[in-house]
Amino acid sequence: MTLEILSWVCLVAGSLLGIIGGIGMHRFPDFYTRLHAAGTTDTLCAFLFLLGLGFQAGLTLASFKLFLIFAFIFFTSPTASHSLANAAVIGGIKPQLGSGKD
Amino acid sequence: MMYTVAAIAILITLALALARALLGPTVYDRIAAVNMFGTKTVLLIAVFAFMSGRTDLLDIALVYALINFIGVVAVLKLVEHGNFYTEGKTADEVNEE
Repeated sequence: MTLEILSWVCLVAGSLLGIIGGIGMHRFPDFYTRLHAAGTTDTLCAFLFLLGLGFQAGLTLASFKLFLIFAFIFFTSPTASHSLANAAVIGGIKPQLGSGKD
Repeated sequence: MMYTVAAIAILITLALALARALLGPTVYDRIAAVNMFGTKTVLLIAVFAFMSGRTDLLDIALVYALINFIGVVAVLKLVEHGNFYTEGKTADEVNEE
């Protein structure tokens, strides 16, 4: 029962974070703010989802695989965000400053 | 029940990311949206593995995570340099030679 509640809490929190990231990705005004919304929520969202599933799996091979997926996403998600921002700077995308109504 | 809620939330996020990938004014917006789409797809496969009780599907989620990262970095390198074999030169420098 306790594990059920912990799973629910983790999965619902992860879902909320994911949807917040999606809304930010959809509504923010320029590339860097969109990348900020996606990049910061991605890792924690994945962590909460995989932790919630891990509570259901217990100490089995499945939870080890979940840990492997988490370890990989933990390192690659910030790396991908960084290289995206780097490529955009090199590609000449300027951040939008001020209110955007000039 | 719990897996259904999680899967629906992921599907909503996928729809928002897909909208950005289709609308995105620059190519970098599209790549960022596809990167987010890929990460959420990994989570969707993991949730589906538990929903259907076949935890072998987690292997597919793991492979998808690997492919997603390598794909995004490869596409970024292609966009940055114009092709894969120029050793850091831009497309214009290669065309001048």
